[in-house]
Amino acid sequence: MDLSYSKEDLAFRDEVRAFLAEHLPEEIASAVRSGGELTKAMMEEWHAILNTRGWLATIWPKEFGGPGWSPVQKHIFEEECCRAYAPRIVPFGLNMLGPVLIKFGSKDQQAHYLPRILDGTDWWCQGYSEPGAGSDLASLKTKAERDGDEWVINGQKTWTTLGQHADWIFCLCRTDPDAKKQEGISFILVDMATPGIEVRPIKLIEGGHEVNEVFFTDVRVPIGNLVGEENKGWTIAKFLLTHERTGIAGVGFSMQALEEVKVIARSTMRGGKPLIEDPLFAARIAQAEIDLEAMKITNLRMLFKAQEQGAPGPETSLLKIKGTVINQELKDLARRALGPAAAPFPGHVTEGNLMFGPADTEHNAARYFNNRKTSIFGGSNEIQRNIVTKTMLEL
Amino acid sequence: MDFNLTEERQMLADTLGRFLSEQYPVEHRIKVAYEAPYHDPALWDQLVELGALYALAPEDAGGMGGSGFDISVVFEALGKALCPEPVLGALMASRLLAAAGADQEALLTGVTRYAVGITEIDAPYELDQIATVATAKGDGFTLSGRKSTVYGGQVADVVLVAAKHGDGLGVFAVNASDANVTGYGMMDGGGAAEVLLDDTPATLVLSDAEAALQDAVNAGIVALCAEAVGAMEVTHATTVDYFKQRKQFGIPIGKFQVLQHRAVDMLTEIEQARSITIKAAAELGGDDASKYASMAKNMIGRAARLVAEESIQMHGGIAMTWEYAVSHYAKRLIMLDAQLGDTDYHLSQVMKGYAA
Repeated sequence: MDLSYSKEDLAFRDEVRAFLAEHLPEEIASAVRSGGELTKAMMEEWHAILNTRGWLATIWPKEFGGPGWSPVQKHIFEEECCRAYAPRIVPFGLNMLGPVLIKFGSKDQQAHYLPRILDGTDWWCQGYSEPGAGSDLASLKTKAERDGDEWVINGQKTWTTLGQHADWIFCLCRTDPDAKKQEGISFILVDMATPGIEVRPIKLIEGGHEVNEVFFTDVRVPIGNLVGEENKGWTIAKFLLTHERTGIAGVGFSMQALEEVKVIARSTMRGGKPLIEDPLFAARIAQAEIDLEAMKITNLRMLFKAQEQGAPGPETSLLKIKGTVINQELKDLARRALGPAAAPFPGHVTEGNLMFGPADTEHNAARYFNNRKTSIFGGSNEIQRNIVTKTMLEL
Repeated sequence: MDFNLTEERQMLADTLGRFLSEQYPVEHRIKVAYEAPYHDPALWDQLVELGALYALAPEDAGGMGGSGFDISVVFEALGKALCPEPVLGALMASRLLAAAGADQEALLTGVTRYAVGITEIDAPYELDQIATVATAKGDGFTLSGRKSTVYGGQVADVVLVAAKHGDGLGVFAVNASDANVTGYGMMDGGGAAEVLLDDTPATLVLSDAEAALQDAVNAGIVALCAEAVGAMEVTHATTVDYFKQRKQFGIPIGKFQVLQHRAVDMLTEIEQARSITIKAAAELGGDDASKYASMAKNMIGRAARLVAEESIQMHGGIAMTWEYAVSHYAKRLIMLDAQLGDTDYHLSQVMKGYAA
């Protein structure tokens, strides 16, 4: 048992820290700190900075342009990025499609698409969920039919995150309507500029535009856009659900959130004293902090296991469940700590130079509402419990 | 970073695990834990021979271990077997004797049995509220006061007592035969004693002992947390196994999602409890030992209650019976909260760090 990082890992951490101090633009870090939405330009600028350093595709093997990091190094990188308020890497091309192409794609597909993901030529989004296929993803209905050298796609995808910026979408489509539901699905790449595609924004609970509906009407794409084998797309979907998901516990983000709660509770007054001296509220913070402290170690234990065994186990589902619950609790505490100062809708109070709470809390309530998504997306926490039931409890 | 046990500790864990599962089947445990002297003296001797106590003390104190991880390996094995042997008192006494630089061969060889008296009825957890007082008399001291729920006190030869001494606290050795000791069995099995001191002769072991007492408490907390983790794992495994055997409405109850998800939530909390115990073990003896011990004991308190209550509920009536092992695991998991600081007490300790 040894919980400390090795000398090499510590040196790596210092290297990452120094890089972030020098290269993370203050304007971007402060946008992240404020909790508002980032512009596409900011995300692209940050990707380009990381790509120049060779640190963008953190989970790709070296021969495809990844940095060749160990799971612990990836963890350190993510931890340091959170600490410095760097934006989260947009995952769809880099952490989702990239590994899929590396595992299932043809040499031509790899040679064509991977460099374009790295240099930012193509912005990818994910076409999985449908109005009738959420947790029961395999019941998806969007169909792709062969017509000569083309697939003809009809249907609808939804919850398409940042699809408004996307050049391409990777889709799960039904290609054999007669097969059992998991067996007739294929993984197909679609250029968003193809005629017949319409993207409509979905306004979320806090008012933000993050996700979209994507409609497909007789959308024609080349046969060669199929990844892997026809009707074997479910294998790819499962690969993505269970493959390397470092950072799924969101420990770094929860550490940010805990710090934020404390800052607010120290500067907010209740009964003539800082809120943090109120034993009821302090007890709530303390319980969340203890849970998070345990989660840090749980996360490291799983990382260590992944490093030893070459792949993470089904325990990542436990990380997702508990990690999101802790993060949501902290968001709730921050909102409650602000009290009425959390009430103004972001951007509505523009005159009088009025401050309601400490700096960077304008989007606080919006973040609380937005973050309810974390226990729903990426396999809802209920689906994660089903996975653990099967894999770990063997029931 | 390495979450594997060292070869030596793995061997110790295997040896203890094998010994306890062979020699300490649950029927035997239930019997000895509830009949005076509330443990099995023959098995205690064998446990000592296996080196369980040596693992608790560092080499310069004559032991072979003494780190947080040595302690957690021993107590996790004890927890899995629900073993009521009075090892906790030996561990905490060993920490105090080591702090005093006193010889502890008699403790480690099991020749002299030690218990530690810190708790008082009106000061169950707080060192600064201790009322028992030491008075100088001739060359030595006498103690007056009442030490409560002294774990293992029913069979101790010597009780190390924390008492007010000068401006601070001292640790004093009291021969059990000199004090008024009332032993009894406990709700969750195993024994304790009320130790009544009335001008009772005592030997000073250590003065200005606050830090040493806190260290002994921290070590005891790591031990209790590890014990709970072992007991929770067995309880959870038993429950999941029962899910597969027990049929209602014509199917195994483990097919019901409402039970499946609750079993997953238990598992999540057990993993979290294991994690914070590892952290507290790693920090034991360091500057932040008390902080992480408090975090661990708080989380263990919550997790243990969840596992105990949910396991009983999901078993149904059978876990309400004396003959079914889960009822005994549940009692231990609930009652250890009141040892060395409960969930609320340790939460308030963590909160203290927020002021200023």
